[in-house]
Amino acid sequence: MLIEFFLCLRRHGLQTSITELLDLLKALEQQVVFADVEAFYYLARLTLVKDESQFDRFDRAFAEYFEGVEQVDLASAIPEDWLRRSLQRQLSDEDKAKLQSMGGLDELLNAFQERLKEQQKRHAGGNKWIGTGGTSPFGAYGYHPEGIRIGQEGSNARRAVKVWDKREFRDLDTEGELNNRTMQLALRKLRKFARTGSAEELDLDETIRATSKKGGMLDLQWRPERHNAVKVLLLFDVGGSMDDFIYECQQLFAAARSEFKHLEFYYFHNCVYEEVWASNERRFSAKTPTRELINRYGRDYKLIFVGDATMGPYEIAYPGGSVEHWNEEPGAVWMQRLLAHFTSAVWLNPQPKEHWRWHHSIDMMQELMGARMYPLTLDGLSEAIRVLLKKSATAAPVS
Amino acid sequence: MQFSSTSNYIVADELALAVQAAVTLEKPLLLKGEPGTGKTRLAEELATSLGVPLLRWQIKSTSKAQQGLYEYDAVSRLRDSQLGSDKVHDIANYIKPGKLWQAFTAPERPVLLIDEIDKADIEFPNDLLHELDQMEFHVYETGEQVSAKHRPIVVITSNNEKELPDAFLRRCFFHYINFPDAETLAKIVHVHHPDIQRDLLKTALEVFFDVRKLPNLKKKPSTSELIDWLKLLLVEDVSHKQLQASDGLMPMFGALLKNEQDVQLVEKLAFMSRRRES
Ligand SMILES: Nc1ncnc2c1ncn2[C@@H]1O[C@H](COP(=O)(O)OP(=O)(O)O)[C@@H](O)[C@H]1O
Ligand SMILES: [Mg+2]
Repeated sequence: MLIEFFLCLRRHGLQTSITELLDLLKALEQQVVFADVEAFYYLARLTLVKDESQFDRFDRAFAEYFEGVEQVDLASAIPEDWLRRSLQRQLSDEDKAKLQSMGGLDELLNAFQERLKEQQKRHAGGNKWIGTGGTSPFGAYGYHPEGIRIGQEGSNARRAVKVWDKREFRDLDTEGELNNRTMQLALRKLRKFARTGSAEELDLDETIRATSKKGGMLDLQWRPERHNAVKVLLLFDVGGSMDDFIYECQQLFAAARSEFKHLEFYYFHNCVYEEVWASNERRFSAKTPTRELINRYGRDYKLIFVGDATMGPYEIAYPGGSVEHWNEEPGAVWMQRLLAHFTSAVWLNPQPKEHWRWHHSIDMMQELMGARMYPLTLDGLSEAIRVLLKKSATAAPVS
Repeated sequence: MQFSSTSNYIVADELALAVQAAVTLEKPLLLKGEPGTGKTRLAEELATSLGVPLLRWQIKSTSKAQQGLYEYDAVSRLRDSQLGSDKVHDIANYIKPGKLWQAFTAPERPVLLIDEIDKADIEFPNDLLHELDQMEFHVYETGEQVSAKHRPIVVITSNNEKELPDAFLRRCFFHYINFPDAETLAKIVHVHHPDIQRDLLKTALEVFFDVRKLPNLKKKPSTSELIDWLKLLLVEDVSHKQLQASDGLMPMFGALLKNEQDVQLVEKLAFMSRRRES
């Protein structure tokens, strides 16, 4: 059962490894928790997920896998002899006596397995669960020593809303599996990008060693600094026509995130205006003035727009052109302000390049960008990175 | 082992479970969460409740993994050699054990706290992989091998300033401490101010959560700020009526809002809401 659960997690884009799965197994073996599904949820999360941005994925996977069930069937998750051992330890003499009258532990375990099978037939598609009918023979015996709880009494955590259904960590979800090969390659490119441009630093230990070797003649030794030097400010188009692409793009950058020391995310819709927002969940309550981006981030930040630039031309060119709010100044003005400050900037467009000419707005954006718009393909990405790393990247003329 | 709330520290069930699992399986426990969610306190309380010593390694931006193992004090040795001291002949005299070394050789299984690991260089955690895994290391200068008598209980905290490398994460159990809800927070307050009046606490918590909800706040007040604020309210004998009646900035706001801009923001919002009401 745990293997299937594991596969389900992977399907949902979690990067959980076998090592971590074994940790969970070990924890079960050591009886850190027993059949209380909420405790199992926390234990599995503790061992399998290593970043709160992945909790939401985990919650969804958990809900999918354990849907409608309140008790984990640990009986099939853990080898029988572990169960047996722990049972022996937990049962009181009276229980044991009762067990004997039932034909002993073997009989009971058999009955348990049998019951399981029956229930599995009844549960459509549910091959991993004991139902909530409370018909488990274990429940019927009514024992509930510290560790083991199987049966009705076990679900002491029967709360109105299950923890994983609350989806508390939805807003933290920024990354996930890149599920096709191109994206993997793109990621590798980004990682390399993150590491470029790092300065050399004085290697003191080596210098001392080299200097003493030369009998005190100073011999300076250098090594590349470990820090990644590239700073990136990302502006993502969300909403409307971009929704199809945005998830994928975001995955890409989120996956590269740990490589960058400075990688900032903000969102906009269609075109940048006077405000952007850092959290898509709270886009209406927590806005950041675009001017603040200019004030806060130095011009050494590389600015990357990700968007399809597919919109009405007035959304770029006119005051009040935004489809969502009244903008005092046209989007083009804000684009120019950003580009005047962040001289190193590119636009990545997930639309296939062949389609670009169908949209006047793409032309307009392309012009604002000084032709630094690239398709979000492997080649486009390489080209964009190359341009970003060029020292003399210049801004579009400010008119 | 059972780890649970004490009169000094409130621990949520899932956190208690995390601690228990980490201790039982001898895995480092990585704790993340906003500042003030009690991460550091947890390690202290754990050591106290187990009755074992706590070794605390506070990480700074300049910290190096090697410092946790040992440092070779070349400067002292140089000085001693100038002074003609005999010590100078044994290099071991200048090897200063770090926190890991101390933890490995402690007489009983201690709690080792690696606090705010995200402050260090991004490679820092990777440099500790072997030591945390195998619980041993080699002292190059003396040829000595230091290995743990008992695997220490390792608690690592991060304020999320930097992401941590995958290889490191795979070796840890991970728990994210959510900011406490009002009910839990009330319990935490009781730990610090056992005699606080119920009405005052209730009103104060409402104000506190309202402030935390404000968008664009530079620094959200945390548990520690709440506790300090309440202390001032108690000292100044502010009643819950006074607290409720205060429009504009709350009394003793300096304890909650540490940033000039945040003070202005709250002032502005209070002003606007007064206008709307009148
Ligand atoms: N669960 C708790 N129980 C009791 N006091 C707490 C709790 N959480 C936080 N506090 C209080 O908040 C203060 C800050 O906690 P600390 O451990 O320093 O936070 P962190 O290390 O997460 O930044 C503590 O000194 C303590 O007074
Ligand atoms: Mg701390």
